[in-house]
Amino acid sequence: MTAVPFPAALAPVKRISLGRRYLRRPLGVVALALLLVVVAAAVLAPWLAPFDPNHVDFTLTHAEPGGGHLLGGDSAGRDILSRLLHGARTTLYGAVITCVSGLLLGVPAGVCAGYFGGVTDRLASWVSDALQSVPGMIVLLVVAAGTGQSFPVLMVALGVFLAPGYYRITRARALAVRKEPYIDAARVAGVTNPRILRTHMLRAVYAPIVVQTALTAGIAIGMQAGLQFLGIGSASTPSWGQMMNDGFQNMLTYPLILLWPSIALGITIAALAFIGSTLADLISIRAEQPSRRARARVRQELTAPAATELSNRLPSGEHEHSAEDCALRIDNLRVGYASPSGVKEVVRGVSLDAAPGEVLGIVGESGSGKTQTMFAVLDLLPSGGTAVADGIRVSGREVSGLSAAERAALLGRSIGYVPQEPLSNLDPCYTIERQLVEPLRHVHGLSKADARQRARDVLVRVGLTDPDRVLASYPHQISGGMAQRVLIAGAVAGRPSLLVADEPTTALDVTVQAEVLELLRELQQEYGMTLVIVTHNFGVVADICDRVVVMKDGRIVETGRVEQIFRHPADPYTAELISASLDDVAGRHELDQAWARESPAALDRSAAHVGGEDDAR
Amino acid sequence: MLSFIAKRLLSGVLLLVLVTTGTFFLAHLAIGDPTPGLLGNSATPAQQDALRAKIGFDRPLLVQFWDWISHAATGDFGSSWRNFQPVGDQLVLRVPVTLSVVVFATLLSAVIGVAVGILCGLRPGGVLDRVLKLASVVLFALPGFWVSLVLVTWFALDLRWFPAIGYVSPDQSVSGWLESITLPSVSLALGAIVMVAEQLRNGFLQVNNQDFVRTLRARGLSKRRVTAHVLRNASPAALTVLALMFVGLLGGAIVVEIVFNLPGIGSLTQSASQIGDIPVLLGLTAVTVVFVVLVNFLLDLVLGWVNPKVRER
Repeated sequence: MTAVPFPAALAPVKRISLGRRYLRRPLGVVALALLLVVVAAAVLAPWLAPFDPNHVDFTLTHAEPGGGHLLGGDSAGRDILSRLLHGARTTLYGAVITCVSGLLLGVPAGVCAGYFGGVTDRLASWVSDALQSVPGMIVLLVVAAGTGQSFPVLMVALGVFLAPGYYRITRARALAVRKEPYIDAARVAGVTNPRILRTHMLRAVYAPIVVQTALTAGIAIGMQAGLQFLGIGSASTPSWGQMMNDGFQNMLTYPLILLWPSIALGITIAALAFIGSTLADLISIRAEQPSRRARARVRQELTAPAATELSNRLPSGEHEHSAEDCALRIDNLRVGYASPSGVKEVVRGVSLDAAPGEVLGIVGESGSGKTQTMFAVLDLLPSGGTAVADGIRVSGREVSGLSAAERAALLGRSIGYVPQEPLSNLDPCYTIERQLVEPLRHVHGLSKADARQRARDVLVRVGLTDPDRVLASYPHQISGGMAQRVLIAGAVAGRPSLLVADEPTTALDVTVQAEVLELLRELQQEYGMTLVIVTHNFGVVADICDRVVVMKDGRIVETGRVEQIFRHPADPYTAELISASLDDVAGRHELDQAWARESPAALDRSAAHVGGEDDAR
Repeated sequence: MLSFIAKRLLSGVLLLVLVTTGTFFLAHLAIGDPTPGLLGNSATPAQQDALRAKIGFDRPLLVQFWDWISHAATGDFGSSWRNFQPVGDQLVLRVPVTLSVVVFATLLSAVIGVAVGILCGLRPGGVLDRVLKLASVVLFALPGFWVSLVLVTWFALDLRWFPAIGYVSPDQSVSGWLESITLPSVSLALGAIVMVAEQLRNGFLQVNNQDFVRTLRARGLSKRRVTAHVLRNASPAALTVLALMFVGLLGGAIVVEIVFNLPGIGSLTQSASQIGDIPVLLGLTAVTVVFVVLVNFLLDLVLGWVNPKVRER
């Protein structure tokens, strides 16, 4: 039995426009038209068919097309066209029975399993898995053996075997919807379970079910024909599978008899498959990538000397140091993404620089383009993103004109990267050891033993007390704070001269945040690295940075030394950000106190290299 | 890890018992009295009584069930109700033929499906990717026997590259065996190939967008090494589809074997179902479920090896 795998998450679908959007797809329209032709043939068969499908005329046996018999006669002397038309009736009738029974079994079970979870879910899922593990064809033949010629019973049995397809897709969808706030809201408002299931859940699973039905119908028609081909089903009811068997017996001498039902079956199934796939496209089940042409258009747009919006085309921000002295220098960087409504520019002319050993903060609210700026430096923009700059210099070397391979060669060696979310940035399938040792061996050319020793040393340096246990662990076995230390270890293990950290503390507990910032500062001083730290939090800036760049809407609004910006913010937006940060974030002193309360041991360990802790004790 | 293996094995045995039990009662419920089917409508009531006594059909159903399942547990599937030959002997003769075709088809889908899936994942939107999309739509839905009829007329009858029908045992000639199972396997595998490829391609792109891939690249790992990480993370879904395909291929093989006139379980299932030969049908069900359980068990082991989280479930 075949199953249709669906990703668990589906994009939300607007119900009303689905039909209209469907009609804009030529392939979908052609497929739908073909299916409608088959449906019409099935419904109108008694009037369309020129002859009785079971009428035997011995002169018509194996007849070539012609003489009133458009498609000729079969091996028993019956009119093929008439049998084909009546066969469409059988085929569609069977497909409807199968889909309805699959739907009636699979959808309610899936909705309940996804909504209630727990035992209901486990039981239903086990049954569904078990059904998929049963070779359905054999059981169907067992059913056929007894019920003999009862076609509807057989089609219901087929529907049972195809129900897991419905079950899986509905369960996944219901599971996703279950977590939506509006379901909770409905419960709190006193809406009963059956009612929530009827209204909200069924609406949420509607679109995927339509897709699934098109696919299930295709499979059902194929299996039905297979069963009829094996001789199952009433001899007096014309069917395509039966006709194919007849053609197959006479394949060598009269190949045309096989041709007609094969074409009918192939076209019907293909039409259903294309309808399903077009619908699936519309609710974006398959991940599409921006085309090469779209990327070229973004690049063109970004580099175009647009006279229209001159103010937006000027670089923003300023350089503090001379170009040769910089560890990092960005000149008029622009980053854009292709979107349906044209090019979306997320970074619009950013210029900044940082001297060796300097700590530079890039501050801004989410969507300000600070992270995109940093990804552009790393040349690791998400797919579809394009960066254009007048210049990007790393350690005094111009890199913006280099090939992708040459840019990649800078990573790990010249530039280290500390990400934001600790656990999603470790590969769940490999041990920490493997993930730390692999770059050291294959990027930095260390031997296996040396690489392991270096990895262990760095883990100790970042404050992990049991490095051997951490090395042997998988990411899901360690805490978020430990994972962030592992990631810092991974970033500095290759001794880069420039370390870029993207919100390195945002995902961590308050107490751990202070520790990690302290660690970053120590490492920066110890290795003499330049540290560029991206954050939305002015508290972090005050704690660690020498200079700060404030970004808004893809442009730099202000650049300056930290004290100066804090005392005299030139831009009202900066002042707003500063006051917002101070409002909701505990100050350094409070953090240290909280830290001391919760883990006196940790304090002891780090007190040696953290200044000004005495009053906290 | 040991308890993980034990749990999976137990679940497999449970499935085997449930499915065969279900099939036993389903078959008896559906078929009722098998003697008219076995003897033909012209048999006298005395002949029917004699046959009923001979096959033990005159005993209560539960007694028959216990008799069957207690023997089946020791590997004895009883005798056919038609020719009284041991079911086991017929299975030993026929199962290898079907398995050749299905295993060969599974290998084809694994190797080609994975290769195509990776290539499409590396270059989404490229020519191959668009061809895969089109092919996956059409080939997924078209039944194997339909494809096999097309392949037979084209490659075997028109081009004469392969024998149209018949089976050559590998004891006689290995090349002849390969030739005889190539077309049946390919007709079965086409749909599975595109399904595995499509699954892997989508998984590949999904994993590629995950944070840890960027972090791996940021550490300077080569494209080839990063791809290995992505592939390992994307493989569970594709493997699951492959295992499901194996079940589907077993069913599809029954019809495809008839097209190619292979002496596998296909024609045996067909004839046993037509005359109501319940012991043969039960033996066939048990054997196929055993293979499905084995494949699922292998899948679980591989998934546990690929993804450490699975082991702790």
